[in-house]
Amino acid sequence: MNTSKHAIIGLLLAAIALFAPTAQAQQAGTQFIGITGYRVGPYGANGAAFFSGFIDYLHLVNERDGGINGIRLSWEECETEYNNTKGVECYERLKTRAAAGPTAIHPMSTGITYALIDRAPADKIPLITLGYGRTDSVDGRVFPWLFPLLSNYWDAATGIVKFIAMREGGEAKLAKKKIVLLYHDSAYGKEPHPVLEAESKKLGFELRMIPVPHPGNEQQSQWLQIRQYRPDWVIVWGWGVMTATSLSTAQKMGFPRDRMVGNWWAGSEIDTEAAGDAAAGYYAASLNLAGRDFPVVREIQKHVLDKGKSQTPAKTVGSVLWNRGMAAAMMTVEAVRTGQGKFGKKPLTGEQVRWGIENLNVDAARLNQLGFGAMVPPIKVSCADHGGSGLVRFQQWDGKQWKAVSDWMSGDRALVRKMVEDSAAKYAAEKGIKPACLSS
Amino acid sequence: MLYREAGQFKTTYAADQQLFPIRQDRVAVLALLAVAYVAVPLLAADYWFNAILIPFLVFALAAIGLNILTGYAGQLSLGSAAFMAVGAVAAYNLELRVPGLPLLVSFALAGVCAAFVGVLFGLPSLRIKGFYLAVATLAAQFFIPWLLVKVGWFSNYSASGVITAQPMAILGYVFDQPVERYLLVLTIVALLALAAKNMVRSAVGRSWMAVRDMDVAAQVIGIPIVRTKLTAFAVSSFYCGVAGALYAYAYVGTVQPEDLNLDLSFRILFMVIIGGIGSILGSFLGAAFITLLPILLEVGLHAAAGQFGLNLMPGTTSMVQLLVFGGLIIFFLIVEPYGLARLWQVTKEKLRLWPFPH
Repeated sequence: MNTSKHAIIGLLLAAIALFAPTAQAQQAGTQFIGITGYRVGPYGANGAAFFSGFIDYLHLVNERDGGINGIRLSWEECETEYNNTKGVECYERLKTRAAAGPTAIHPMSTGITYALIDRAPADKIPLITLGYGRTDSVDGRVFPWLFPLLSNYWDAATGIVKFIAMREGGEAKLAKKKIVLLYHDSAYGKEPHPVLEAESKKLGFELRMIPVPHPGNEQQSQWLQIRQYRPDWVIVWGWGVMTATSLSTAQKMGFPRDRMVGNWWAGSEIDTEAAGDAAAGYYAASLNLAGRDFPVVREIQKHVLDKGKSQTPAKTVGSVLWNRGMAAAMMTVEAVRTGQGKFGKKPLTGEQVRWGIENLNVDAARLNQLGFGAMVPPIKVSCADHGGSGLVRFQQWDGKQWKAVSDWMSGDRALVRKMVEDSAAKYAAEKGIKPACLSS
Repeated sequence: MLYREAGQFKTTYAADQQLFPIRQDRVAVLALLAVAYVAVPLLAADYWFNAILIPFLVFALAAIGLNILTGYAGQLSLGSAAFMAVGAVAAYNLELRVPGLPLLVSFALAGVCAAFVGVLFGLPSLRIKGFYLAVATLAAQFFIPWLLVKVGWFSNYSASGVITAQPMAILGYVFDQPVERYLLVLTIVALLALAAKNMVRSAVGRSWMAVRDMDVAAQVIGIPIVRTKLTAFAVSSFYCGVAGALYAYAYVGTVQPEDLNLDLSFRILFMVIIGGIGSILGSFLGAAFITLLPILLEVGLHAAAGQFGLNLMPGTTSMVQLLVFGGLIIFFLIVEPYGLARLWQVTKEKLRLWPFPH
């Protein structure tokens, strides 16, 4: 008893001693980037690929260019485990790490984004939600601090409906067809509901929405329902282990995989490789191209990976999510560069970075210059439109790799824009926000 | 030497029955409150309020709620997080749909709503006990979040089912700074903890304990079993409901029903078990252990890695943290199965004799 008590006291003292030197100041004079990442848990494999790409690009900017116009980058990653309350804790921790703030936060989770929506404006920290997050935040007059860059869930959902219509031979053929939305039961999975309901009314297909509880590694009952219902198509709104489980359960139940379409979070190698041969034929929307055949990937290989600066496994390089993480980092860096053009070459505060994102313009020429080529579509942000082109490209898993089966295309943008404005206006009324553009 | 009650004579019944009969305890509690109210707001940074102190207080309140039910009345429940969700959603809807309703009133009514739901799910406790009752409350844990998502009215037809809490305003004063939110939560939690401490010493609390220790015997001596069990469910759920409202308004700012899941219910149960079953102090100790230790470990591991010049992957620290955390729970349960509160009790006994133990 006595020794154990000493052990307890010892442990507590050790913990206190360790806790003391927490506020490691970030190197002065650098642009500090706070990263709320995750590499653990049922979503860890996906998160690890994304954040490895993100950090590898930051390494590249430091190693090759010596930072952004001479301002080096520094960063810290905090593990959220895709858990909302942990995400809030990480956000609060990262925002204290540097005097200028954490540049811009990529929550990489729709749930964490929702939890930060009220905090970010109060702290003057922009949130970049690349292809996820709260869809109506596209309206920057109501959500000045949120940037759902590239595309959003409603563009994705309407794009998927359009793709299904193409496969069926035109929108008219969709009438009386049955479509199931198999979704991750979280804010992420519920985000496309309103737009799919609107589409179902407009085009006349029957829609049934079936939730899969977190983490989604057990879907027997959902697929029994699907087998009973006999849908023509299943839209998979999955993340982490859920997607691979959907594919293998579909195989067990005898549902054809080439009647299944995933969104871009359910369309990476991690999902299909885990499902093995069950994945062959599966379609997925994509936000960015996979592959290593881009100059920027070769640069990262040369300046970062070959020099041993990064711990990214070779297999991850060039994967869908790794490339997406790199693109996310590129947009952050370019936003800081844009901000530096107005505010001077120094570490920028969140407010200044916000201006930089709102005036971000990465056109095709600039993409080529940066070595991204056609990996992502060009993007131009404005106050009224915090999103992007909304372009999406469909790909099919042939058993070994993703093959593009469509060109860059967009869904029903007019419908999406109208719903975004209605929803944002409703939010503004509820919150007492006067929609306006911030000047600086 | 310092902690000795020799010479403190009780000359009235009131003095004998007071909450903290030993003078040193009274001084310590007042000092603790003074630190919490004066020193902490002056010294702590925003991070401490937002990420450490407010969640600690909110979960301590939920743990008190569960402790009343499980620790004092002996009814095992796995539905605490669901009752928190009821409280959070009720507070949101009351603020949204009843214009001009004072915030504190809607918190209290949110607690009442949760109490009502708690009584409903407590009804099976009249017939079943122990693990079987745990399964019945498990039904609450699955049913309530499902219902809150299924019926759009609860979230005011929000597209993603996420509720965003309105700003907290009392008499026109908006509590938006972290320190203000902390003080509001601290006041509510302190008052409710005081109420709980008194309740468990009252006739109600004694009948809970009688039912816990042996319900047949309790019935024989004339304690109404039905009323006793249902009041325990009502009071417990009231506390959880208020904790849920504070979780929504003061801590996260949003409610995603899937956050208030079985996992959280288990964590609240662990707080009660590790802190001390049947102890209000234990609820605070357990909440501190469960909410603060992971953060402490994470920060500590990073600091240690920095000292030795190791470059840890963020994922690694998270894994190590899980291992250490699990190990510590087992360690504590072996060394002190009655929880941290019991450890404090033992320390108190020893202090009385110190420095001359026989």
